[in-house]
Amino acid sequence: MAWGSNLDSDARRGLMLVSPPLVYAVLLLALPLAAIVLFSFWSQDFVTVNTTFTLNNYQRIWNEPIYGLLLQRSLFVSGAVTLVTVVLAFPVAYYISFHVDPKRKSLWLFLITIPFWTSYLIRVFLWKVILGYNGVINSGLLSAGVIDEPLTFILYNINAVIITLAHAFAPFAVLPIFVALEKIDRSLLEASQDLGEGKVMTFFRVTLPQAMPGVAAALVIVSIPTVGDYVTPELMGGAGGKLIANMIQTQFLQLNNAPLGAAIALVAMAAVVTAILVIYAQGKLLIAVYSELNGTRPVFDIFILCVTMLFLQVLVAAALLRTLGGTLGSGVAFFVGLVLYSIAILLLLKNRRR
Amino acid sequence: MTALIHLTGVQKYYGDYHALRGIDLEIRKGEFFSLLGPSGCGKTTLLRTIAGFETVSSGTLMIDGKDMKGVPANLRPTNMVFQSYAIFPHLSVGENVGFGLRKYPMTKDEKARAVGEALEMVGLGGYGARAAHALSGGQRQRVALARALILKPKVLLLDEPLSALDKKMREQMQVELIKLQRQVGITFILVTHDQEEALVMSDRIAVMFEGEIGQLADPETLYRRPNSRRVAEFIGKMNFLPGEVTKLGERITVEVPGLGTSEIGKEQAPGGAKLGRSLIGVRPETLAIQFEGEATDRRVADATVDEVVYYGDMTYYDVRIAGIEKPLTISMKNLIGRPVLDVGTRTRVIWDERSLVVLAR
Repeated sequence: MAWGSNLDSDARRGLMLVSPPLVYAVLLLALPLAAIVLFSFWSQDFVTVNTTFTLNNYQRIWNEPIYGLLLQRSLFVSGAVTLVTVVLAFPVAYYISFHVDPKRKSLWLFLITIPFWTSYLIRVFLWKVILGYNGVINSGLLSAGVIDEPLTFILYNINAVIITLAHAFAPFAVLPIFVALEKIDRSLLEASQDLGEGKVMTFFRVTLPQAMPGVAAALVIVSIPTVGDYVTPELMGGAGGKLIANMIQTQFLQLNNAPLGAAIALVAMAAVVTAILVIYAQGKLLIAVYSELNGTRPVFDIFILCVTMLFLQVLVAAALLRTLGGTLGSGVAFFVGLVLYSIAILLLLKNRRR
Repeated sequence: MTALIHLTGVQKYYGDYHALRGIDLEIRKGEFFSLLGPSGCGKTTLLRTIAGFETVSSGTLMIDGKDMKGVPANLRPTNMVFQSYAIFPHLSVGENVGFGLRKYPMTKDEKARAVGEALEMVGLGGYGARAAHALSGGQRQRVALARALILKPKVLLLDEPLSALDKKMREQMQVELIKLQRQVGITFILVTHDQEEALVMSDRIAVMFEGEIGQLADPETLYRRPNSRRVAEFIGKMNFLPGEVTKLGERITVEVPGLGTSEIGKEQAPGGAKLGRSLIGVRPETLAIQFEGEATDRRVADATVDEVVYYGDMTYYDVRIAGIEKPLTISMKNLIGRPVLDVGTRTRVIWDERSLVVLAR
């Protein structure tokens, strides 16, 4: 009997349809990834690669503060970009979904994608023109008499990187949030009003909870690529705005140390996965707190509680970072701290419910 | 009974479209009131106006003695069961039912008890923890009812609440709604396009056409004495005959070609009668076929069977009577010993002048 003869025809057709992209994905994603993993356990002997197994690369990354610092900076930039982008994208998506004439919605979405008509590189350069020493903002503010000398904190540092990335990823945040908002049955908003809630409370009790899947998608879509972004920090970051991707590039192409570069890439990947998991857990935690209190307490209380919780989490994280310095170990401790804190809150809630 | 809702000259425009053309209406405390009409007649607009989702263009709306002008939906003593039920998909059944209790000065336990009682009332006791999106159509409707009734509104508004259910479920819910309304004593206002539903459930019915109220009456009056052709056409089946009013007075004399001259009471012209040509209505069940061996002291007319439609419990005959242009529809119960006549059979039709209605043109 031929291979696959025990499959029914639907399954076989499905396999046939999926196999070309599968082969493509394996060749272009899985193989390079496997190569990177392999490389990270080798070492560089001046011009040749020594293929004896070693953990040396990982030990260097663990012990030398520069890598931990860059990784933390990357995660911070990604977090800040994500926060800024999603917070700014939500009102845009909300406006298009709720206040734009249905016939015009596709036009609006089309307009939002206009930045993509030019290349990413050109958009980054344009931000240089806007933010530069003699750029649009500085000359504008100077001639308006608001400032006496050009602002220097807006180019060649982390701020510039965040501003540029937030702009570049805005459509990626607007679209999933828009889709989630579009799916909300409008009669639910009327039902909420009918049951005694005003517009603001309807937003917090009906619209926002149902938009959360879109917000979560936007968070993931924006945060993952920004951690590894290389072009923007290279062009906009200056000396103090370099991120982990720039270090990987340096290791591979300038210092000719591919094994160390590979190890850094893998550590960065692991950090991203961990960060996503932690954010996911935090989201679940917030939802748990929210549903625990929804309908039984004034929403204002819930809001205050959530804000307080977030604030405490940031405080704990900041304290951990300060005491542990800039090594990778401090990053790990930071995550462990957050996870422990989340578990504590969940346990507390469980007790309260009983 | 006192008026709870008072509408005076209520008009509603959507741009050029005149959705409500001067509605004057009083809805009494504790009654089951229905707004009945074909789609686009303005019944839902009127309901949404009472709920506060639409503003009136002119005229006044009073609920419980208070002018509702400028009062938003969330501050009105009304609650609504939406056509789509509008169950919050992100909340559990219990959270849905307790949604409106947020501002109430009750402890968590009191609220939980109230939610439990409300669910019990609609026959969903113990469903509180279920996810709302996992409910069937009938269950969603019950949740929507419990969610509205838990707030003890002065008026419960129901926007075609049964249209999404299958026939059996619909009939069951009709009875349950009537029982529930008697039990809680809250004024119910039902919007429906289903005349049978309105007749079964309501204390009074307002039939609406094109933004106006065509007739407002209790179900029996509405069925037996419709005041116009459109009301008669919309509710039940009705034969229309051209006739002539020849004398007005304490009693009205009408002449119907094929049926002869009859004297009828004034109440049989609820829309008012005028001398001259007019339209006469007769319900199919008030006519009868005279079968072999059946005697009658009522009036009879010779007829020929033109069409037979067999329904099991009933047979509908279309019969031709000399002098009447269109065939008349007659519905007959299929009692024991009664044959189903063939097309073309010559027979006699029994009729009664008490069943004639003079319709306003």
